[in-house]
Amino acid sequence: MAEGWLDFEQPLADLVTRLDELTAIGAKDEVKRVQEQIEKQKEKIYADLTPWQRVLLARHPRRPYPLDYIERFVTDFTELHGDRGFADDPALVAGLGRIEGIGFAVVGHQKGRDTKEKLRRNFGMPHPEGYRKALRVMELAARFGLPILTLVDTPGAYPGVGAEERGQGEAIARNLRDMAMLEVPIVAVVTGEGGSGGALAIAVGNRVLMQENAVYSVITPEGCASILWHDGSRGEESAKAMRMTARELREFGIVDDVVPEPLGGAHQDWDEAAHLLKDAVLANYRALSGQTGSDLVAGRVARFAAIGVYS
Amino acid sequence: MPTPARPVGRSQTPDGMWYRCNSCGEILYRKTLESNFFICTRCGYHFRINPDRYIQILLDEGRIEELDADMTPADPLQFPEYDRQLKKSQEKTGRKDGLVYGRGEMGGIPVILAVMDFGFVGGSMGSVVGEKIARAIRLARAERRPLLIVATSGGARMQEGAYSLMQMAKTSAELGLLRNERVPYIAIPVDPCTGGVTASFAMLGDVIISEPGALIGFAGRRTIEGTIGEKLPEGFQTAEFCRKHGTLDAVVPRRDLRDTLIRILSILWPVTQATTSY
Repeated sequence: MAEGWLDFEQPLADLVTRLDELTAIGAKDEVKRVQEQIEKQKEKIYADLTPWQRVLLARHPRRPYPLDYIERFVTDFTELHGDRGFADDPALVAGLGRIEGIGFAVVGHQKGRDTKEKLRRNFGMPHPEGYRKALRVMELAARFGLPILTLVDTPGAYPGVGAEERGQGEAIARNLRDMAMLEVPIVAVVTGEGGSGGALAIAVGNRVLMQENAVYSVITPEGCASILWHDGSRGEESAKAMRMTARELREFGIVDDVVPEPLGGAHQDWDEAAHLLKDAVLANYRALSGQTGSDLVAGRVARFAAIGVYS
Repeated sequence: MPTPARPVGRSQTPDGMWYRCNSCGEILYRKTLESNFFICTRCGYHFRINPDRYIQILLDEGRIEELDADMTPADPLQFPEYDRQLKKSQEKTGRKDGLVYGRGEMGGIPVILAVMDFGFVGGSMGSVVGEKIARAIRLARAERRPLLIVATSGGARMQEGAYSLMQMAKTSAELGLLRNERVPYIAIPVDPCTGGVTASFAMLGDVIISEPGALIGFAGRRTIEGTIGEKLPEGFQTAEFCRKHGTLDAVVPRRDLRDTLIRILSILWPVTQATTSY
């Protein structure tokens, strides 16, 4: 398989390889014909993705991460480090910057790109100190009346001995409670993997969005399958059963808006993905304008209070 | 204090005349256990008990005015096997879902008590459990009654997908409002309490109290073992471990639980009463 392509993208990968070859030898007519085939193939492959294919796109190794988006549409960004108690957690980044001139606090899970960076960032799985840093920066924003943008992309909170010793459960729980009480607008966007409590811990927003190919679930599809069928390899089936795609969660009212991605996924065109994301963030932020701090808190509590199905 | 081993097999209180201790293997007569708060007379192991027994142990005269007992779970995802699992748990427990809450008194102090049922789909939190917890919190705030939640759970209920996940935010957000009101909330995580319940209301008590040997943690032990590729330290994720690491306030044997709670409430509750408005 060509590097950077998923299995189901293989027909497209072949065409792109062929296009490169044809371009190299200057076969103009052929180039044009293959370009058309590529567009058709893209539409065919990406028009109707299965939930599992979305999971793969959400986890795509070339998918943009928060710092890639911050680089593209947050100006004057200063990263703020540490929870003031134990350590700085590189799996979660936080800082202050501007979006279209408006001061924002931005918080996001950060996966690594290469092996070294992946290890340093712990694959985007925060420890308690990561969540405590996030809350510290969000509370800073609230005290200065700044809106908050969170970008969610994690397989989950890190399951480890140190994380348990330092109160992973308490750290997530406190974020859920205290984030709900912040008297500033919060826009949360799931940009990749919305992995359970570890994702939700920075996603208690007034507006909760998902990128088109992002997923959001209570457990990973592999984890679900291993509980359900004692077979972790049946993620394809459990991804379908859990209804974890943006479109489905929009229908349930669990997310408010689906943010479009470039055809084929955010990884195909980072600049375009960033542009679409920025527009959605600003539109949703503006939709909250005119509300007082207590309106925003009441609205946020009511938003989550309304979620649930029972009789 | 004895440190019981992990329970083996099914450890929800069994029916019948004789019980076998999950920790030391001692054979115990039912009446003996009942009069001993379902604590093994030999090794101190605390058997898992259902909501009725906690209500019996904690509330004055064991009396609760239960609310929303008829709230019934739906199957919003049409999730494989969920319907059957619900029916099975409903038959086994006689409840619609895994949470009982209502008004009661403790040492004459009016309280709201909520108790989870680990016997109902693994004590998992879906829409009904989350909604009832949220209502219990709202009621505590509205009536200015201290809130107590006995939490035992495998975590958020997978079969209701993201609806279950969102119950974590729903319940925690309500606790944020309660916190502004000088109405005490005592969380009582008991064996076992893990996952999304630990990562929401169970760890948000003004005071957090557990029972000896209770398993309390966020991630499952097997998940952690799989991640770190080694055996876990002795006593990992027990209530005693949590107390040592500073994540809960006290580990109290079940026979002393009610008295301990009343002692704490008797100091906090007069302040709640004195505050007429916030």
